[in-house]
Amino acid sequence: MARSSKPKLAVWKFASCDGCQLSLLDCEDELLAVAGAVDIANFPEASRTVVKGPYDVSLVEGSITTPHDAERIHHVRRNSRYLITIGACATAGGIQALRNFSDVKAYTRYVYASPQYIETLNKSTPIRDHVFVDFELRGCPISKAQLVEVISALLNGRKPNTPTHSVCLECKMAGTVCVMVAQGLPCLGPVTQAGCGALCPSYRRPCYGCFGPKETPNTAALAAGWTELGAGDPEIVRAFRSFNACAEDFRRESEAHER
Amino acid sequence: MKGKVIKVDTLARVEGEGSLHIKISDAGVVDAKFGIYEPPRFFEAFLRGRSYAEAPDITARICGICPVAYQMSSAHAVEAALGVTVGGQLRALRRLLYCGEWIESHVLHIFLLHAPDFLGYEDVIGMARDHRPLVENALKLKKIGNDIVTLLGGREIHPINVRVGGFYKVPTKRDLEPLAERLKWAVDTAAGVVPVLAGLPFPDFEGDYEYVALRHPDEYPFNEGRLVSSKGIDIPVSEFESNFVEEHMSHSNALHSVRTARGAYFVGPLARYNLNADRLSKRAKQGAQAAGIAQGCNNPFKGILVRAVETIFACEEALRIIKEYEPPGEPAVAVEPRAGTGSACTEAPRGILYHRYRIDAAGLIADAKIVPPTAQNQKTIEDDLRRYAAPRVDLPLPDLTWQCEQAVRNYDPCISCATHFLKVSVERE
Repeated sequence: MARSSKPKLAVWKFASCDGCQLSLLDCEDELLAVAGAVDIANFPEASRTVVKGPYDVSLVEGSITTPHDAERIHHVRRNSRYLITIGACATAGGIQALRNFSDVKAYTRYVYASPQYIETLNKSTPIRDHVFVDFELRGCPISKAQLVEVISALLNGRKPNTPTHSVCLECKMAGTVCVMVAQGLPCLGPVTQAGCGALCPSYRRPCYGCFGPKETPNTAALAAGWTELGAGDPEIVRAFRSFNACAEDFRRESEAHER
Repeated sequence: MKGKVIKVDTLARVEGEGSLHIKISDAGVVDAKFGIYEPPRFFEAFLRGRSYAEAPDITARICGICPVAYQMSSAHAVEAALGVTVGGQLRALRRLLYCGEWIESHVLHIFLLHAPDFLGYEDVIGMARDHRPLVENALKLKKIGNDIVTLLGGREIHPINVRVGGFYKVPTKRDLEPLAERLKWAVDTAAGVVPVLAGLPFPDFEGDYEYVALRHPDEYPFNEGRLVSSKGIDIPVSEFESNFVEEHMSHSNALHSVRTARGAYFVGPLARYNLNADRLSKRAKQGAQAAGIAQGCNNPFKGILVRAVETIFACEEALRIIKEYEPPGEPAVAVEPRAGTGSACTEAPRGILYHRYRIDAAGLIADAKIVPPTAQNQKTIEDDLRRYAAPRVDLPLPDLTWQCEQAVRNYDPCISCATHFLKVSVERE
């Protein structure tokens, strides 16, 4: 069949909210085109079809939080030519990595009636801590435009073009007035990677860091700026400790402000 | 046929990771399990110590399909704790936001997740090869829902513009106007597909369910109302936990939410519709007539029709709100932290979503409880599976398997949401 000559795309889910893989189904204008350009070989959220590997491209969503998943990711890697991680969970451990700063046993007792049945790892870790990753797409959730860019880059054999600069640059390009300078609102934009289109400042609220740290962020300088604006240490800790809490730069800065 | 086991390790076309395990012996179906192996994510635990203001952003991350539902339930529950009421156009905008989520979620479920079952396709891509105009219209319809969420919320997944007390920024009349023409098309298109969907082959299968939904004095419910049931409940939302409890079943690791001393209940479109059909818009009522469910609907397979009827309603309601919209003076009402406890239910596309928070004097969350719709439907899903499989055990295994999968997909289970129960399916003997 002619179909078999198309690249095989697989989508895998680990601990996550499904939002990043849903981004693919939310590409209403591009969905049928993408589906025409690849063979969707494994994408449980969208299809019952399961085609055996190896796969040309695997999109991996979610973080590793169970012993079983720590095994499963190796299976995905072995069967994938390119492995792309999508979203804050897969690239930084996600919101569920908040457990990494706490006692997971206490968490389990709090949430579950019979904690002895719950099998979970002490930490939630990004995919790259377990296997080699070819490309990481940031965001909680990822940007649809960036996802389409990555898929099309792979299909055309070129490097994906996604920025590593800060949200501030997106604000400037959009002509959005700086919420930190003009309104004195503590904003994570200066240390956060672009990709969302500087969404929050355009809605008159400060950036809360969905895309994780930019390349070479000066988190200490930003935290000092926050302190000048009246933010206390607990507030700074919470700001760095959300959807990308275990991205290295954010983790270190949050720990520096813990009592 | 004895000794037959239906095992689906990964349920397709649902959100999150679930499995299906049905065991059949000489005596018939002896066990049916809708399994959840989604890893726990501990939201209720790590919400403690966070600011009340963070609840809508954090809880949105429970679910990528229905983040608005989490934002709405958390905002309303926190507002209840802090004694804040959001009315007027801000309230209307919240309804509009929910219309957007219902449209995108219902259309996603109807056409991308569920309809392929009835028509015998593995997925929407296969369906699109034979039914291209239908799928293209569905995608266009879904995009309108997403565009409403994007306009009001900033983006369709994990919106950023929702806050306790209202929004960060409200749209102008002109911002909303371009949606109106598209919504008129959407009402007609949604109404037009109802008879098509009504022609799908539905199995003859009904149940004597206890439906539970919100009921509002004069609106089809989104964010507010009393909790009512088809078997006599009529309580304020604050009494949820004395009427519904999460039980730890001895045969599994799953926590089921059950009606105290009574057992399974049913939330979601079917429940909403059966309890609130009189509150629907005119076109939606006509849609129900065209779908043949005007007298009510007790067949969960026909949930796909109810979703289509609710899609008509959501499009019309969005249109009404846009027509009557006048921008409020402030994007949010003032909120001051204080100690208190508050709870709220809102109608997620899949059914009532309950949140309760205890907040301390500094505005930090001291305690959180979240009961998602899928946790509430899980027991009903298993009951359905047992009843549905029983007279069909002689079907060829692949057919029976697919049909049982469909019985689960009737509920549009949102398994990522339901991570606060975890279940491992074990075959005994």
